[in-house]
Order: sequence, then structure tokens, then C-alpha cells
Amino acid sequence: MQKSVFYGALAAAVVFGGAAGAATLDDVKARGNLNCGVSTGLVGFASPDASGNWEGFDVAVCRAVAAAVLGDPQAVEFIPTTGKTRFTALASGEVDMLARNTTWTFSRDTDLKLDFIGVNYYDGQGFMVPKALGVTSAKDLDGATVCIQTGTTTELNLADFFRVNNISYEPVPIETNAEAQQQYLAEACDVYTTDASGLAATRASFESPGDHVILPEIISKEPLGPVVRHGDNEWGDIVRWTLNALISAEELGITSANVGELSSGPTNNPEINRLLGTEGTLGDMIGLDSEWAQRAIMAEGNYGEIFETNIGENTPVGLARGLNAQYTEGGLIYSPPFR
Amino acid sequence: MSDTSFVRTEMLAEQDPPPTSVGVIGWLRANLFPNWWNAVLTVLCLAAIWYVLSGLLGWTLRSVWTAGSLSECREVMIATWGSTHGHACWGVINDRWLQLLFGFYPPELYYRPILALLLLIAALAPVLFADKVSPRFLYVTAAYPFLMPWLMWGGSIWTPVGVAAGFAVAYLVGRAPRGAVPGLVLGILSAIVWWMAWFGFPVQAEVLAAGLGEGLAAISPDTAPFWLETVESRKFGGFMLSVMIGVVAIGCSLPLGILLALGRQSNMLIVKAICVGFIEFIRGVPLITLLFVASTLLNIFLPPGTNFDIILRVMIMVTLFAAAYMAEVIRGGLAGLPTGQYEGADSLGLNYWQAQRLIIMPQALKISIPGIVSTFIGIFKDTTLVSIIALLDPLGLSNSIRADTDWNGIYWELFAFIALLFFIACFGMSRYSMYLERKLKTEND
Amino acid sequence: MTDPPRESFRLSMLIYDTRYRSLTIQVVALFAFMLLVAWIISNTVQNLASLGKEVEFGFFSEPASYDINQRLLDYTSRDTHLRASFVGLLNTLVVAVLGCITATIVGVLVGVARLSRNWLIARIMTVYVEMFRNVPVLLWIVFAMAILIESLPSPRAFRGENATQSLILNDSVAITNRGVYVPEALFSRSLGDVRLFGESSLRFDVSLDLIAIIAVLAASIFAFRRIRNWAERVQNETGNRPTTWYFQVAVLVVPIFVLLAALGFHLGKPELKGFNFAGGTHLRNSLIALWIALSLYTAAFIAEIVRGGILAISKGQTEAAGSLGLRPNRIMSLVILPQALRVIIPPLISNYLNLTKNSSLAIAVGYLDITGTLGGITLNQTGRELECLLLLMLIYLCISLTISVFMNIYNKRVALVER
Repeated sequence: MQKSVFYGALAAAVVFGGAAGAATLDDVKARGNLNCGVSTGLVGFASPDASGNWEGFDVAVCRAVAAAVLGDPQAVEFIPTTGKTRFTALASGEVDMLARNTTWTFSRDTDLKLDFIGVNYYDGQGFMVPKALGVTSAKDLDGATVCIQTGTTTELNLADFFRVNNISYEPVPIETNAEAQQQYLAEACDVYTTDASGLAATRASFESPGDHVILPEIISKEPLGPVVRHGDNEWGDIVRWTLNALISAEELGITSANVGELSSGPTNNPEINRLLGTEGTLGDMIGLDSEWAQRAIMAEGNYGEIFETNIGENTPVGLARGLNAQYTEGGLIYSPPFR
Repeated sequence: MSDTSFVRTEMLAEQDPPPTSVGVIGWLRANLFPNWWNAVLTVLCLAAIWYVLSGLLGWTLRSVWTAGSLSECREVMIATWGSTHGHACWGVINDRWLQLLFGFYPPELYYRPILALLLLIAALAPVLFADKVSPRFLYVTAAYPFLMPWLMWGGSIWTPVGVAAGFAVAYLVGRAPRGAVPGLVLGILSAIVWWMAWFGFPVQAEVLAAGLGEGLAAISPDTAPFWLETVESRKFGGFMLSVMIGVVAIGCSLPLGILLALGRQSNMLIVKAICVGFIEFIRGVPLITLLFVASTLLNIFLPPGTNFDIILRVMIMVTLFAAAYMAEVIRGGLAGLPTGQYEGADSLGLNYWQAQRLIIMPQALKISIPGIVSTFIGIFKDTTLVSIIALLDPLGLSNSIRADTDWNGIYWELFAFIALLFFIACFGMSRYSMYLERKLKTEND
Repeated sequence: MTDPPRESFRLSMLIYDTRYRSLTIQVVALFAFMLLVAWIISNTVQNLASLGKEVEFGFFSEPASYDINQRLLDYTSRDTHLRASFVGLLNTLVVAVLGCITATIVGVLVGVARLSRNWLIARIMTVYVEMFRNVPVLLWIVFAMAILIESLPSPRAFRGENATQSLILNDSVAITNRGVYVPEALFSRSLGDVRLFGESSLRFDVSLDLIAIIAVLAASIFAFRRIRNWAERVQNETGNRPTTWYFQVAVLVVPIFVLLAALGFHLGKPELKGFNFAGGTHLRNSLIALWIALSLYTAAFIAEIVRGGILAISKGQTEAAGSLGLRPNRIMSLVILPQALRVIIPPLISNYLNLTKNSSLAIAVGYLDITGTLGGITLNQTGRELECLLLLMLIYLCISLTISVFMNIYNKRVALVER
């Protein structure tokens, strides 16, 4: 009898849990909130504060999508995922989208049946060493002990880099960034390698950041972007164009401060009008109302504002825009036109 | 006969024992310095204790309690002691202790997990301290499995009431026919029908009379009173999550474990083979692989489209894990009973289930309690593994806290706090278990 | 004579007749079980089809592309995933075996020390046992790693004119926060290696030097025992024991020294070169931390088992042995321990099993065991969850069952023969 109860409860849980169908948009609307997969904690990109509110660069993308779809940037459930669980969580429908500094690669896009909908941060793998070592190039690192985070593309890049340059190294695989930091500071490894953004954030938290240098070599391309399931193109479009709306907003000078004013009536710039829904029916085409982009921008600001508040030069992370500047400023951030 | 006598006629006055064998000195001599190598050991131990304590206490006590971030902590340390080494920054605990305890549970609802914990103690008291607590508390014990989910997850009171009523129906229906097996089958069937009706499964219309359906619809879960704000399980975190997983796993694994233990002892070949296979499989693989299964494979094993949240999945896997260990504990209890008890039950003409219910299980369970408690301690400690699959238990949260720019780089303080929490909880339970073992031993002698 | 009325079979007898009931239950149970399995398999097939995946193990022959630092076998990042898993499996076995040995030694010592007359030692051991038993092993592993990293010197402290640290034991062992460098055995006239399994992923180099040493040692021990037996036989027959000890020592020592000299044995000491020490054998911190944490954690449980086992032997045994004139250490080794072992062995087995299973927490410190390779990086890089996890569980199951089988055989041998 007890066994039957168990299976009964199981069945009930299954039914109450709801099913993940093909139409993610309908599911999200019916549920009333967006399930967004984030990392368990990455400085500047995603972390919970003391009252449990998530904040960060990746988190802001989730909030923008929630604002566009549901009208409420707070209607997001953040689901922490690890490198191992992130794709399964997405494939099984546990999360509607991943915003978890995930590198866009060929096999992930095709073999793992995922859709990368764009790039919200162009990163690359770099090396950090203590100044005292006197190393100026990664090629000088023959025989060095290198701390790497496991379960990411970084360890593959690292193996390839040292192999191509025919120098030896001693890898120290590490589970989390915090432990890597500790090992590096105690000189249990000579070098710490991870995405350059992560290196900058880590260095910023040191007692004396000036004692450490980030080497000039960037050994890989790491385009990080939000991911959705393959096959639900309507949902993919929504996430893709929400991200593009944030990017276009910066390009067009729409900020969270002036978005209300600009959307009160048609302006002289037709692209602003189309984006903000005061002209045309772009919202209808992706199954949303006309004010979707307004709300997305209002949530956490445009791309530039999100960058500045979470990882920009005035934050402890202190990243320069670099590759992540608008194409007009010499960066790679570029949104297709809203037309 | 001369009256010279060599036997003393009066007693000598009692002398004090030599001062070196009584009092503090005597105790020291007997217990610390009985011979030269023990003395050396004692001195070495004292030196080691002094070395450890001086470092540890200095770090713990000469510390910063009020600071909003690690850099602030470091400033205070520099200002007060001139260096940042050898001082703890407890500011992080001050800032995040509620989160470490309750995870993301809404702060205004903290009373609910606390109440659930107090009720848990009330529910366990009549079982654990049977001789000191009135058996009337057993009603709390019976109600607890239904109250606890309601308190923690919220929703309508009618959900747990409906589930509980299903058990009542099963019991009543199961008693009606003659014989244990048909009763069992009928009971299970009736309970399933009841739950389907109560929770408005689609079958309801065809299977049930319209009257019953309508009557129940009047108190359907959404419209009923006693509605608590629902809290989704992904809000659970911190120490509360560890306790929840532990309690649910042990609670649910007890009945499963009893069935498995009986199955393993049964002389029905196939039933025995299934039970042994299950127990040995679960005991043969590490919990972490089962958790990986929960996080990545369970969705593949279930019908397409089913998707329930990771915490429930983890609870199911940990329950299965605990059930295998529980089965072994109960098997030990069953084996500990003298054969006379089985023979006595047979001679009274009791059938298998009657004998189990009236004679075997009450005694076997009683002697299994210490084992059950240590299984619980083990499971409770093992819940820290869920941090590896991204659940925010205290260890997982410590990682998230370090990802906050304020606390990036803090390490020992968080781990020390978490270790202390676990130590207090587990130490208390293991003391209880020892007390019980002693009591059982004296009772049996 | 009339036959007794033939019993007619009624359907209800399947339930009410105890002769048939167990059969009914078993058939139903088997049916339900097979139904459950079929249900899971059909779900899996459907789900995999909708995900566009197939169950296939071809990925094992693709290059793994990641490096493994602590390993027993040759391995590069160009080797296959299968090779990486194999290296991981050996790493699991290494830490499990090392852990079981030290846990037993520490556990027995602590268990006996808890019964010590010395109050302070007994108390310290109690504190140790309670501390380790009541804090999760994952925390201990993380702690052990952090303590090793923070308290030991980095290789840089060994460098330069005013080095603050130096190698210990005649400049042969370096203890750093990157691990411990110990001398390695080198043979200038080595016999070479024999490669098993050709160039496949499971290739395995067996050193002929090692085999030669083991063979010579085994032969020496055999000869040693033959001499002892001969001496005993002579003693039994004549009453005089011939003096053989110098002969025995020579049999043990001389052949091995001759062999080592013939092979050109010398020690390769670690030296500071570039960023790190070079030469010698490098035991990484991750291995040491895991080893220490698992040993100390399991030893706390073993200590309790040993203490319980000793206390379970009634005091009369000690007194009786004493009245036979045995000395205290003989009482322990001849009377108490053999009896206590019967109580100790079964829970000891389950603690060995626990240690082996807990070694899967190696990923917390970055020791690449089977969970870290097959169930970790390989799974991540290939996205083959089903294949990797099922194989991983199967491997652990095999290890566990093997340990229990061996230990049960031993247990049967020491078990009390009841009359």
C-alpha cells in the first residue's frame, strides 16, 4: 500500500509539474513567469544578493525577456545550473532559456540540438600571472602549473594551445572560480586561465590587484550568448530580438531614462518608432504586443547600461567595452535592423 | 598461658592516603602521567592543543563582525590590527546567515519552516522518547506527513486532507473483505479512485458517479479556505533544504525500507530477487551518480513531456537511496529478534501480515531506531552533495555568495559556519542514538 | 477403496490458498516489474528520438582533448575518451586502496587509543572521532585541500640564495603546496617494459624490472619459510632448534640486493627547474587531500567499530588469559583481537565500500577519477549523459560487488564455527 502511495504521489507531481510542449511562449504565458537558467554564481554575470534577488549581466537578459513577454521584469525564476546540467535542463524543458555565459560552438549548436540566438558578450581565454614571475607572454609558460575550471571549453583550448606551441604544462583542474582564486593566491599554481572577463573580475577582488598581470595572448574565441531549444523558432525569435532590441536601443540612444518619453509618441527617427512600437506592427510578428521592446529596455536599460551597471569600468569587475562596444565604436556588437 | 599476645587488639587510626594518589595530583598521576611514555604523550598532546587552539581562537575571536563587504572587512582589520592575516571576517555570516539557513524562502513566511521544524520535534517526541512523552502526541505524528508539505509548499489545506482521506478510505475499504490480500488490493484501488476524484483527474467523469464528483468539486482545492501562499520548491535552499531532503527521504524511505526488508527475507524467489537486486544496486553506486541521474537522466526515463522540478527529483532519488540503507537496518532489526517470537506468532495462528503488524515489526522497529537515526545522520550529511548538481544547499550557497562582488574571495568563514551547523545537528542526533542504545541494552539485559 | 474426492481447482484458490498464493504474488510482482522496466525503456526510446540522439558508444574512440595531471599510465590529450576513462578508473582504485589502508591503520590506532588509560589521549581521540563523524565528508575534503594549499610553501620558497624552505630527508623529498615530490626508482640497466593490449586504448605498460623484483622477493620469502619449517621439523624431532637466523636474513636480503645492483638501481631526486620541481614522482595535492580526508573521515568510523569490537569481548576472556600466564600484549594479540575481529570485519567491509564510493567526490578538489573523467569532462564534452552515467554506475557497481565478495570470503574464514 505504501508503495502505491509513492507512485500516486509521483504521478501527482508529474501532472502538477506540467509539461513542456513545443510552444514555449504559450507555456511561459500560462505559467506567468520565465524559467531562466543561470550559473550558480559568477561575479558580475549572475549572483544572488542577501535578499535572494539575482543580479548580473546574464540575469539582465533574462529580466529583459521576461519584461518583453510578460510585462514584468521580476517574473523570472532563476534556476542555477552547472556546466554539466545546463544543457539537460534546457533540453528537458526545465528552463525556457539559458543565460549562462555559454560559448557558442559548432557541436553545441548542432549535435546538442540547441540554438544560440546571438552573442551578448565576446570573450576569449586569457592567462593571469603574478607580476613577480616576470612572465610577459604565454609562450614563456613552459612547465608552469596552470589552474583551470573543469567542465568548460577552457580546458580544451588550453590543451590545444600548449600542444600547438609544443610546450609542456601541468594542469590543475578546479571545480569553482572561488577555489581557483584561492589556489592561485597561495601560489599552488603559477597561472590562472579562464575567460578574460572572469580573470578581470577575479583580479579585481584581490587585496592587491596591481601585483598580477593578464597576459596579452587571448588563445580562443568565446562568444557567449543566450541559448534556447532547437526547434521552437518562435521562442528563439523572441529571445533573439529582445537581445537585439537592447543592442539597437544603445545604438539609437534609447536609455531606460528616456524610453518613456520616446515612446509617448512617434519621433523623427522611424527606426526608433518601429522598435518602440509607435509605428508598424513588429510586436505582432513575434507574437507579442507593440510595447514589448519598451518594456525590455525599461527593465534594466539598454545593452550599454546593463554593461556599465554590472561589469563596466565603474564596478568592481571593471571591464572595458573592448570587443563589446557597438560596431560604430569599433566593437563587434551589432544588431540587424528593425524593419 | 601467658597473656603475651602478638595480635594487636586495637585498630590503628586510619591514615590519609599518600598525597600523590588523591586529589588533583592523584588524578593527574593516574590519568595523565602513569609512566614515562604516557607523560611524554601527554605533554606532546598539550603542546598540540595549545598550538591549534591559539591559532584558531585568535582567528575566531579577533575578528570583524560588522562589515558589508570583504574590502570593508580588510579596512577594519588594517585599522585595528594592522594586518589582514589571522583574523576572521564574520561580516559575511552577519550579512547572509538568514540566506544560509532558509535559502530564498520568502522572509515574511519564515514562520512556516520554523513551525514545521517545531512540529517535527513534536511528532518525533512520542516515538523517540516513548517513555517520557504522552502517547497523545502520536496524533501529531500521524498528521505530520500531511501537514509538513502543506506548511512548506503552501496551497490549500484540502490537498493534504484529500491525500490523508485517501489513506482512510483505503483502510476502511481494505478491512471490509475477508483475507489480507484482497483487502490490500481493494484498499489500494479505492485509494487511487479517491485521489483521482479528489484531484479532478480526467477519469473522474466516466468512473465516478456524478454526485460524488460534484460534492467534491464544492471543496475543490482552489476555492477552499485555509489557503497558504504557495512557495515553489526552487525557493528552498540553505540549511532548510538539507533538513527537508533528509526528513522527506527518511520519512518516505521507512515504509519502502520495511517492504524491501520483508521482501529480502521472504521465501518467494522472484520477490526476493527483485528486492536484493534493488538494494545491492543502490548500495553499490555512489550517491553522486544517483544525483547525476536525477539531474540529467530522470527526465529521459519518464514519459515525454513530464517535467517536475529538480528538488522533487532529488528528493525521489535520495529517498530511493535511503530506502536501500533503511532496508538493511530493518533487516538487522528483524534478524535481531529471537526465533521464538516468529514461532510464538505462528502458534497463535496469526497470518503473515498479522504477525508482522502485531508482533514482529513493533519489536524489530524499536531495536532498529539507533540504526535509523544513524542512517538519517548519514543521509543528512550526504545532502551536501546536491551542491554538485547546482542546488543551493549551504555549500552551494557559499559559492553563490562568493560570486557577489562584495564577498568575492571569502573562504574559511563560510565553511566554518556551515561545518558548525552540521556538527551541532549531527552531534545532537548521534548523542540521542547512543543514549537509546544504552537504554535498549539495559532493557534487554 | 475409494479415492479421496478430487480437489477441484477454483480461481479464488490463487488468492486464498496458501499453496498457490505465493505463486500468484510472485507472478504479479514479476509482471509488474517487467512492466515498469518496459515503461522506462519505451519512455527513454521516445525521449531520445525526440531529442534526436541515439544510444551509441562511438564517442569513446574520439580524442578526449583534455589533460589529466595525476595518472599511472601514459596519456596525452590526443588519446581517446576510453583511455581517459581508463586512466580515471585507475585513479579511483589508487585513492580507494590508499584510503582503505590508511583508514584501517589510523582507525585501529584511534580505536585503541580511545580506551587508553591516559585521560587526555582518550579525550582527544573522542573529539577527533566526533568531529569527523558529524561533519559532511565533502566539507572535510574541501578543508583538507584548503589547508594543504594555504599552509604549505610554494615551490618559489625553495628557490634562490635565501630560500626559506629546503628539501627534507637528505634533499630527496619536497613538500610544496602543489603536492609532494618523492624520489622515483630508476634503473640504468632496465629490462624495459612489456606493453599489454598493443596500441589500444587499454594499453598498459608493465615494467619488467618490477616483475623481476617481485619474483625475487617472492622466491626469497618462500625460501625463508622453507628454512623455518625445516628448523621446526628438526626441533620437533630432536628437541634442538638449529640456529638459522643468519641464514634466513641472507636469503631475504642478498638476492634482492644482487638484483638491484644488476639493474643499476638509483633514485631520481626531484630538482627545482623552471616553475616547478622536475624529476621524482609528483603526488598532487588533489590526491593527497582526498586521501587524507577520506582516510581520516573513514578512520573515525572504523575507530568506533574497533572500540565496540574490543568492548564486546567480555572481561572474563582477559582475566582467563591472564590466569594462563599470558603477558598483556599477548592477551591482546592472541585472545582479544582474534575474537574482536569477528565483530569488526562486517562493518569494516561496509566502511571500505563507503570510502570507495565517497572517492567519487574527487571532483570537489579536481582529482580526475572515474567520476571526473567519464562522468565529468567526457560527459560534458560529448553530451552523452545516458551512456556515460550508465557505464559509470556499472563500473562502481562492479567495484563494490568485488570488494564485498572478497571481504565476505574473508569473513567466512574468520567466522565463528558454531556447534
